[in-house]
Amino acid sequence: MELIKAENIGKDYTVGEVMIRALDGVSFEIEPASFVSFVGPSGSGKTTLLNLIGCLDKPTQGGLTVAGTDIIGLDRKQSASFRGEHIGFIFQDFNLIPVLTVYENIEYPLLMVQSLPAKERQSRVAAVIEAVGMTNQKDKYPDQISGGQKQRVAVARALVTKPKLVLADEPTANLDHKTAYMVLELMKKMRDEFKTTFIFSTHDQKIVGEAEIIYTLEDGQLAGREVKGGSRA
Amino acid sequence: MRYKRRTLFTASLVAIGVVFVLVFVGVSGSFKNMIIGQITGSMLGDIQIHRKGYVASIENLPLTLNMKPQAVAKVEKALKEMPDVAAYSERIKFGGMFSTFAETTNVRLNGVHPEMEMNTVPLLSSRIVEGEKIIKKGEILIPELLAKGMKAKMGDTVVVIATNKDGSVNGKQLRVGGILESATGPGGRDGYVHIEDAVEILRMDEMEISEIAVRLKDFGKLHSVFAMLDAALSQEHNKEGKPVFEVHTWEALSPFFNIAQMIDLMTLFIKIMLIAIVLVSVMNVMIMTVYERIREIGTIAAIGTLPGKILAMFVIEGFSLGILGAAVGTAVGLIVMFALNVAKITFSFARQTGLVLSPTIGLFDILITCLIVIVVAVLGSLQPALKASRMEPIEALRHV
Repeated sequence: MELIKAENIGKDYTVGEVMIRALDGVSFEIEPASFVSFVGPSGSGKTTLLNLIGCLDKPTQGGLTVAGTDIIGLDRKQSASFRGEHIGFIFQDFNLIPVLTVYENIEYPLLMVQSLPAKERQSRVAAVIEAVGMTNQKDKYPDQISGGQKQRVAVARALVTKPKLVLADEPTANLDHKTAYMVLELMKKMRDEFKTTFIFSTHDQKIVGEAEIIYTLEDGQLAGREVKGGSRA
Repeated sequence: MRYKRRTLFTASLVAIGVVFVLVFVGVSGSFKNMIIGQITGSMLGDIQIHRKGYVASIENLPLTLNMKPQAVAKVEKALKEMPDVAAYSERIKFGGMFSTFAETTNVRLNGVHPEMEMNTVPLLSSRIVEGEKIIKKGEILIPELLAKGMKAKMGDTVVVIATNKDGSVNGKQLRVGGILESATGPGGRDGYVHIEDAVEILRMDEMEISEIAVRLKDFGKLHSVFAMLDAALSQEHNKEGKPVFEVHTWEALSPFFNIAQMIDLMTLFIKIMLIAIVLVSVMNVMIMTVYERIREIGTIAAIGTLPGKILAMFVIEGFSLGILGAAVGTAVGLIVMFALNVAKITFSFARQTGLVLSPTIGLFDILITCLIVIVVAVLGSLQPALKASRMEPIEALRHV
């Protein structure tokens, strides 16, 4: 069964008196444990689409099902709850909490979102911090680590809740190419280890090739779908 | 504690407010209670009973409005039935002329039973600055202003002349047995004679009492005892069907009550100012905090933190500021009051000098003040917290 099913979704915004159609008639299906990229120039609708899939916004038209749930019908509290349970996020600017250590940043969703007991939090954080190779930096603060390391922490934070899906909006935009490739390799490794679907958006053509399934967006519409060799698509 | 300086500054503001309130309540309360204690304990008593209409004419000390023995007996009966009454004193109040044979002036006098009077106004004896702490037959206690003005000394023979009820005049020689420190308020410049001397001067066929002063076991029960006494005595009517007695608490008889009310009003004012300080300080800092953390709020909302939890996070921050300010303010306030007690600062009030300021504050007042601070701190953080919890994650994440 597909993890994500989008049927003819559209999204309109009103900016002043002007109505902007950010997405128009987008349909696709994504299977579990996929490594997917949405590519396109700025303004093509990548971020909008990720926001819809991530329950941060609602489509103006069409249907959208994630992990078997019609997310259009969810209210604000239900959306937050759904995200906490099923979706992890990796942000372009890392968005780590500056007053928390690496360990505490990763632990945060388990404590504040899933309210797990201390022992379970400890074992999960230890596992995921080891997986992203940040054990030695666990007591450092975000301003004491590099950009690449910050993004590793962000990957760990996204995965610690064992989500079915991780959404990453331009996760490598603020990294140099070498570090960007390292982060993407890490994400792939995490996909293999945790069987989590990763969807990331990018406008960098050098990065996009790392994905196994590539959706191209142009002016809010799906312009193409490419499956790389050996992928599950 | 991400911004220690700002947190400490805000908590300090709150603490300063708490210090001001506690010290003001302690100092003003002690001052007020001291003066009330002086007034009720050395002159007025807690409650006074008169014949109806007497208080309105009290400046004239009308002998025609004294209570006859039957009326006094009814009052005594009512007082004896009240377990909260500690003591009472029957007084004959009259005005007259006071002469040292060299000079003559007018004087207001109380004729009292010495033991009853000392039991009812126990601080009276502390006002006797010269002479024995007792009122003897054939002797007069005179206020020190009168003594100084008339150059009267201990042991001097003086004459007291008074107009009687029938209009005739009578006098009696008395010995100056004591000199009284003047006190503030009604009766503060009255002299004292033995009640039998008063009966003799006024040529009373039967002892007619001008007022009965009452002291309570617990001053805190003033109004409840007054209500019971008033209810009991208001049932007594004369032949014309009019009430015989009137009952008053010290509040109705002393102008200081207005000052006491002013002090209470100022205390309320100070508390309102504290509320304003706490509200503005906490709200200001929480608005800043929320604004600075918009992206962080967007992040935690995006990863699934429920709106209620985001609200709770910021309310707890406000609550913590309140607790910190209240705790520090209480500690500092108590230290300041302890220092004031040790310093033994003296002050004068009207003619009374050498009063020692000894501020105290009850646990109830401390708890109420801390509670006000904490509740207002929480209220002050509520609006910014609500704003944070209602932020749309995608808009917050776009914030620069």
